[in-house]
Amino acid sequence: MAAHPAQTGATAGRPIPKASRAVFWNDPRVRGIFYQILAVALIGGAVWWLASNTIENLNSRNIATGFHFLGREAGFDIGENLIDYSPADSYFKALLVGVLNTLRVAVIGIILATIIGTIIGIARLSKNWLVAKLASIYVEVVRNIPLILQLFFWYSLITEFLPGPRDALHPMAGVFLSNRGLKFPLPAHEFAYDLAMVLFALGLIAAVALGHWAKKRQDATGRHFPTAWVNLGLIVGLPIAGWLLAGAPLTFNAPVLQGFNFVGGASLSPEFSALLLGLVIYTAGFIAEIVRSGIQAVGKGQTEASLALGLSKGQTLRLIVMPQALRVIVPPMTSQYLNITKNSSLAVAIGFPDIVSVANTTLNQTGQAIEGIAIIMAVFLTISLSIATFMNWYNKHIALVER
Amino acid sequence: MATAVQQPSDEPMILLEKVNKWYGDFHVLTDIDLSVKRGERIVICGPSGSGKSTMIRCINRLEEHQAGRIVVDGVELTNDVRKVEAVRRDVGMVFQHFNLFPHLTVLQNLTLAPIWVRKTPKAEAEATAMKYLERVRIPEQAHKYPGQLSGGQQQRVAIARALCINPKVMLFDEPTSALDPEMVAEVLDVMIKLADESNVTMICVTHEMGFARSVADRVIFMDRGQIVEQNTPEEFFSHPQNERTKLFLSQILAH
Ligand SMILES: Nc1ncnc2c1ncn2[C@@H]1O[C@H](COP(=O)(O)OP(=O)(O)OP(=O)(O)O)[C@@H](O)[C@H]1O
Ligand SMILES: [Mg+2]
Repeated sequence: MAAHPAQTGATAGRPIPKASRAVFWNDPRVRGIFYQILAVALIGGAVWWLASNTIENLNSRNIATGFHFLGREAGFDIGENLIDYSPADSYFKALLVGVLNTLRVAVIGIILATIIGTIIGIARLSKNWLVAKLASIYVEVVRNIPLILQLFFWYSLITEFLPGPRDALHPMAGVFLSNRGLKFPLPAHEFAYDLAMVLFALGLIAAVALGHWAKKRQDATGRHFPTAWVNLGLIVGLPIAGWLLAGAPLTFNAPVLQGFNFVGGASLSPEFSALLLGLVIYTAGFIAEIVRSGIQAVGKGQTEASLALGLSKGQTLRLIVMPQALRVIVPPMTSQYLNITKNSSLAVAIGFPDIVSVANTTLNQTGQAIEGIAIIMAVFLTISLSIATFMNWYNKHIALVER
Repeated sequence: MATAVQQPSDEPMILLEKVNKWYGDFHVLTDIDLSVKRGERIVICGPSGSGKSTMIRCINRLEEHQAGRIVVDGVELTNDVRKVEAVRRDVGMVFQHFNLFPHLTVLQNLTLAPIWVRKTPKAEAEATAMKYLERVRIPEQAHKYPGQLSGGQQQRVAIARALCINPKVMLFDEPTSALDPEMVAEVLDVMIKLADESNVTMICVTHEMGFARSVADRVIFMDRGQIVEQNTPEEFFSHPQNERTKLFLSQILAH
C-alpha cells in the first residue's frame, strides 16, 4: 500500500520507455530516402556501365559516334513526302519527311478514329436491336484480330484485288481507284479558290466571335441564338459565295492516265491508305468501348432529372450527359491516341515511309545504329509526351470537384 | 354549350383515368383512377414494389403508360414531344437520390432550366435561384459543388432546383428515405414550409406518417399496382378500412 504512491511518482518522472521510440531505420521517411538513393545509384551504375562499354566497343571498331551524319547527302528516295525532297537532300531532311509522314497518319488517324469510335460507341447503346448488334460485332471482330494482320489485310485488299491503273474503278469524274491508290482532282490554282480559302479562315474567326457574343447576349437577355446554323453559314456559305462572286471557275487539276500510271491531281498511296484504314478501324473499336462505358457511367438518374426539368433530349445529352461522360472517357482516350501514334510504326511492315522506316534506312546506310534508334525514340517520346500533356491539361480542366 | 366551357379552377390539376402499364408480362399499374385538385396535397404510401414510383413518374412521363388517359393542367400526355415538354415545364420532381448534376455548382444546378427552358436572362435566373436557396436555408452553399454537400443539403438543393421552374405541381418520390435519420427533419421542415407558404399542388410518396398528418389533404394507399384505399389522414390512420391497409400500417408502425 505504502509503495503505491511512490511508484506512481516514479512512473511520472521516468523518461519515455525505449520501446516506444522508433529505431531510425524503422522511420518511413528514412526508409523512403534510403530507397531513393539506392534506386538512383542502381540506375546511374547501369547507365555508366552501358555507356562506357558501348563507347569502348565503338572505338575498338573505329565507328564514329555523334550526329554529324545528319548533314550528309541521304542518297535514297522516299515514296511519299509532304515537303519537297530528293535523294540529294540531307539525312536530316529525309528524317523530317519521315516525321511528317508519321504525324500525318497519327493526326488524321486520331481524328477519324475518334469520330468513328464515338458513333459506334453510341450505336452500341441504341434501342434499335440491329444497330446495336452490328456495332458490337464490329467491336468484337476488330479488337480481337492483331493489328498487323489487319494492316496486311487492307494492304493486300488494295494491291491485289483492285484493278490496275488501266482498268481503274471510276466512280465519278476525275476520281480513280486502282491498285496504285486513290487519285482525285484538286482545284487548279486560281484567284477564286484563294479567295474562298481566305474567306473560310475569316468565317472561322467570325464564328468564334459570334459564339462569344451569343453567349453574352443569352446571359443578358435570355434570348438564344441559333449559333450552329449561322456558324455553318459563315464557315461554308462565305467561301462558296466568294467563289461564286469570282466567277465560279470549275477548272480542276484532274488525274490523267499516262502510260502505266496517273499524273496530275492528288493521290492517296496504297500504303498510306492501308495504314490509315487499319489504324482507324482497329482503334475505333477500342474508342467505341471507351465511349460506351463513359456514357453508361453517367447514371440514368441524371438524364431523368434533366428531362424532368423540361430540357429536351438534345440539351440533356449536350449539357448533362456528355460533360460527365467526358471525364470517364478522356484518360483512356489518351492511351488510345498514344497507341495510334506508336502503332503507326507498323508502317514498316507495308512499306509506308514513316519515321521508323526512314530511320531504318538511314541507320543501315550510315551504320549509326545507336543514333538512329535514339532519333526514333526521341520522336515518339516527343509526340507521346505532347499528346499526354495536352490530354492531362484537358482532363484537369474538366475534372469533377468532390468533397 | 355553355357547360362545355369549364372554369380552370374546377378542372383537376391532374387526372388519371383507367391508367394501365405493363413491364413485359408484369402488370405494374392496374386501372388507376385519380383526380387531384389544384393546390391539393396528396401522400402516397404502400409496400415496396406496389407501383408508387411508377405512377408518379407517369405524371411527367418519365414512364409511359400503355392504356388510359393522363391529363396534367389540361394537357393530355401522348407521344407528342411538345406536349410532354410543356407538361414537364410545369411539373417539378424531387428524387430519392437527389440526382443533382455533379459537374455544375449549386447555383448552376438551379439556373439550368430557367436559362435553357424558360430563356430567362442569367442575372435574373441567379437572383431567383438565390431566393429559393434562402427558402431552403442554404444560400451560403451557392458556389459549392453537390459533392461537397451533406445528403440533407443536397436534397434541399434538389427541392430548390425543382421550385426554380416555378412549377404548378411538385412530385416527391421518397425524398427522405436515402437520408441519415438526423437529416430527415431538415428536409421535411422545408417541405412543410413549402406547403404552408405556397399553393403548389403536391404529390408525395413517403412513409413519414408525421408529415402526412400535418400536410396531406388525402392519403392514398397502393398495393400491387392498384389504389386500394384513400382517405383524409385522420380517418386513414385511425380507421383503415381494407385488410391490406391495416396490415401495412401495423408493419410500419411496429418499427
Ligand atoms: N424498368 C422496369 N422493368 C421491369 N420492372 C420494373 C421496372 N421498373 C420497376 N419495375 C417493377 O415494377 C414494380 C413497381 O415498381 P415501383 O418502383 O413503382 O415500386 P414502388 O412502389 O415505388 O417501390 P419502392 O417503395 O421500393 O420504391 C416493382 O415490382 C418493380 O420491380
Ligand atoms: Mg419507389
